[in-house]
Amino acid sequence: MTSTGEAVQFWVLAVIAVGGALGMLLMRKAVHSALCLAATMLSLAVCYLAQGAVFLGVVQIVVYTGAIMMLFLFVVMLVGVSSADSLKEQLKGQRIAAVLCGVGFGVLLIAGLANARLSHFTGLSEANAEGNVQGLAKLIFTKYVWAFEVTGALLITAAIGAMVLTHRERVHERLTQRQLAAQRVKDNIQVPPMPAPGVYARHNAVDIPALLPDGTVAEDSVMGTLRERGQIRDVSQEMLRRMAELEESTADWLGRPSSARPQVAAPRQALETVPTKEEAE
Amino acid sequence: MNSLIPLLVAAPLAGAALLLLGGRALDRFGHWIATALAALSCAFGLVLFFDMLGRDTEHRAVTERLFSWIPVGGFRADVSFQLDQLSIVFVLLITGVGTLIHLYSVGYMAHDERRRRFFAYLNLFLAAMLILVLADNYLLLYVGWEGVGLASYLLIGFWQHKPSAATAAKKAFIVNRVGDMGLSIAIMLMFAEFGSFAFRPVFSAAGDASEGKLTAIALMLLLAACGKSAQVPLQSWLGDAMEGPTPVSALIHAATMVTAGVYLITRSASIFNLAPDAQTAVVVVGAVTLLFGAIVGCAKDDIKKALAGSTMSQIGYMIMAAGLGPIGYAFAIMHLVTHGFFKAGLFLGAGSVMHGMNDEVNMRHYGGLRKYMPWTFATFMAGYLAIIGFPFLSGFFSKDKIIEAALAKGGTEGWILGTCALVGAAVTAFYMTRVVLLTFFGEKRWQPDAEGHRPHPHESPRTMVIPMVVLTFGSLFAGGLFSLGDSFLHFLEPVTGHEEGHAPLSAFAVSAIATVCMAAGVGLAWLKYGRKPVPVQAPRGSLLTRAARRDLLQDDFNHAVLVRPGSALAATLVFFDSKGLDGFVNGLAAAIGGLSGRLRRIQTGYVRTYALSMFGGTLVLVASTLLMRSV
Amino acid sequence: MNPVNYLYLAALLFTIGASGVLIRRNAIVLFMCVELMLNASNLALVTFSRMHGNLDGQILAFFTMVVAAAEVVVGLAIIVSIFRTRHSASVDDSNLMKL
Repeated sequence: MTSTGEAVQFWVLAVIAVGGALGMLLMRKAVHSALCLAATMLSLAVCYLAQGAVFLGVVQIVVYTGAIMMLFLFVVMLVGVSSADSLKEQLKGQRIAAVLCGVGFGVLLIAGLANARLSHFTGLSEANAEGNVQGLAKLIFTKYVWAFEVTGALLITAAIGAMVLTHRERVHERLTQRQLAAQRVKDNIQVPPMPAPGVYARHNAVDIPALLPDGTVAEDSVMGTLRERGQIRDVSQEMLRRMAELEESTADWLGRPSSARPQVAAPRQALETVPTKEEAE
Repeated sequence: MNSLIPLLVAAPLAGAALLLLGGRALDRFGHWIATALAALSCAFGLVLFFDMLGRDTEHRAVTERLFSWIPVGGFRADVSFQLDQLSIVFVLLITGVGTLIHLYSVGYMAHDERRRRFFAYLNLFLAAMLILVLADNYLLLYVGWEGVGLASYLLIGFWQHKPSAATAAKKAFIVNRVGDMGLSIAIMLMFAEFGSFAFRPVFSAAGDASEGKLTAIALMLLLAACGKSAQVPLQSWLGDAMEGPTPVSALIHAATMVTAGVYLITRSASIFNLAPDAQTAVVVVGAVTLLFGAIVGCAKDDIKKALAGSTMSQIGYMIMAAGLGPIGYAFAIMHLVTHGFFKAGLFLGAGSVMHGMNDEVNMRHYGGLRKYMPWTFATFMAGYLAIIGFPFLSGFFSKDKIIEAALAKGGTEGWILGTCALVGAAVTAFYMTRVVLLTFFGEKRWQPDAEGHRPHPHESPRTMVIPMVVLTFGSLFAGGLFSLGDSFLHFLEPVTGHEEGHAPLSAFAVSAIATVCMAAGVGLAWLKYGRKPVPVQAPRGSLLTRAARRDLLQDDFNHAVLVRPGSALAATLVFFDSKGLDGFVNGLAAAIGGLSGRLRRIQTGYVRTYALSMFGGTLVLVASTLLMRSV
Repeated sequence: MNPVNYLYLAALLFTIGASGVLIRRNAIVLFMCVELMLNASNLALVTFSRMHGNLDGQILAFFTMVVAAAEVVVGLAIIVSIFRTRHSASVDDSNLMKL
């Protein structure tokens, strides 16, 4: 039996851990899933500490939550932070089968645990007499030294493997800026610099495209990576409408005839094709 | 001098190779090359013959070993030639008649655009036939045996554009195969029994073998002889073989190849002499065929088919004589040689008549041709008189000797055989007289051919007439020459052996009875075909006549007994194969294919599906572990 | 409270992780689910260590962490390179093994 304090701690942490796990499972965006998992891992780390595994608790926080989850987040950013899974299942029967298997597995495990005679808990007070870290160190460098060395080799191999997998050999000489400029003039496609994002758009974030004088979107103003991911944020229709009103009122004030008034491109095709935030949800 | 023996074979073989490989360049004069090489071979034969005559009787047989063909362990097959008295007789007949027929073909095939090929085949035939008679072992003999079969096939089907010729060639080949099967089985039996198939060791060891085994070997040899010599029951191909060009019929299907069976039996005398049951079978086959052929010959209106029936009948005489044992071998060979002369002459005459009559073969459309073809008529008459056994012509001597030998067999058997032979002689006279009367006498019954050309009978060119004239001499005088002091008998005796038969009748009486029979046959034929005009359309005729026109129902018999059950068996097997075996195999394949097609769906290629199955597997494992623990 | 509850928690987390592997399509989330399963087993190992009163369970959990780190490094590298070529992190798009 454990102390009441630990019991309270357990129930709080268990709820957080399960909630985090379910959140990871159900969140549509990878970045949210990663954050939920981080919460679960932190609560697990506290559980380790509460059970006398001080070293593991700290390692869990430093290595898992600190390093591995950061790596996850880094990759999520690389792949596209807002890219969300469609919740529509494509494999026939996969979801039902997965849920059935999961429930069955969980029931089996819990039933197995319930049936097992696990009443006696020795506790770690004896094993941790010299301190948890010292006890682990004694085991690692004596009994498990061979496994430890092999694990070291495994880590080195993994590091090299990751480098090999992500490394791209440069086939051509890297072009200098001068060569790129010369090439641009030669191709005569876009001789002046690309339009900067946010111009006329009343917003200067990199994913907000510039607006051309007639109010249409200049997609060239957004960087290629975002364009490719489809992560161009739209200028809201409301803003465009207000701009058109402004033009109108100016013309009224000046008393221009309707023929002399500037034509605002009425149905903005380009804007409608770009998905707005609300539509994507 | 012995080195001439291989050259004997090589000359026509080289001719065949040259003409077949030489191409169109040889079209213009290739036939003369072939004829010259045949003549050369004949000259070699003559040289060897006179060389042989110059030696003692004991030293006349010579062997010339050419090379070892298949030396494997104890098994030894040599290409080795043996020239003895029996072989030289055949060599002279083959090369002599062969050369004459080459010459004849020069005229006969003058307008055929594939003439070069024809002569190549003729040369090939000569070479194969010479190998057959010169071989000193059964295996080499088999090579020649198959070679003549091939040449016969090629020449019967020479006008392969005619479906009838192509079918006839196929028929001849297939029926011959049945006989060839017999020969190959006989050779295998010999090897199993004696460990060799060379003549000398086999014959010397034959005395030690059991009679049962010898009978088996002899019966298989008889089967082979029946196939090649068109004897009952394998006789059906010879009539159809007349689809080939007439010189072919004369050379192969009358004078030489079809007598190979007689040669085989005579050569294997040592085996047959020790197997009396097999000899009886030989005699029965000979006697039956003798009458069979003669009856068929009476009914045919096609001149060549009538002669083919005659050939069958005459070879029946020879086989019967050969079956009589040592009292008959020499006479069989003697009749073979004389028959070779007069039957070749008759066929060449028939060819000459056809040549003059727009290739008409139906005798009912001939008539009165003696004035238009005097040379053909004269030579044909000589052959005719010889074959019916007109006194003191070739056939008279040889056939009477056979009748005598048959009677000398003794007892009831002898009387039956003698009677058969005499009846055969009468029927022979009947059908040959019929042929002559229908062809050369009576009124003209000429009919226009398919294109409406009326025939203008004329004498054939000189290249055709000369061979007929030469053969006429053989028809007239060969028999007498051979009988002069029994010279032929004494010449062959060292090879075939001879035993003087003791006929219950004297030689003179036999001759007299045979002549009376012959005269009766001639008279009957004159009554039927000479006295009154012959109808152009054949009358319906009696039951026997109609059966004989259909070759005494032999084809119907074969069809009913062999072809029909064979087809039925094949159809049944096909049914079982396609429904049973194929059904099983295909069903199995389809089942596996279908199952695989369904199983393949499991392999979706989606990693999550695989993960799901892994997870499901884990579930099952955990569940079973818990179950095992709880039990 | 009975410490067995830690084991129930571990079982629950493991099951959630396994279901996530089967349900989610984003390769990164898939990896997170695998990490969750590993963590759940680590929790169980730590609890067993406490139950038996020795540190071997913790050692094993420690090794699990190291191996998980190695796995994540290589796995994420693979995901990045796949994303580079296919512009997708969905595991359903990598189905070239399908016939």
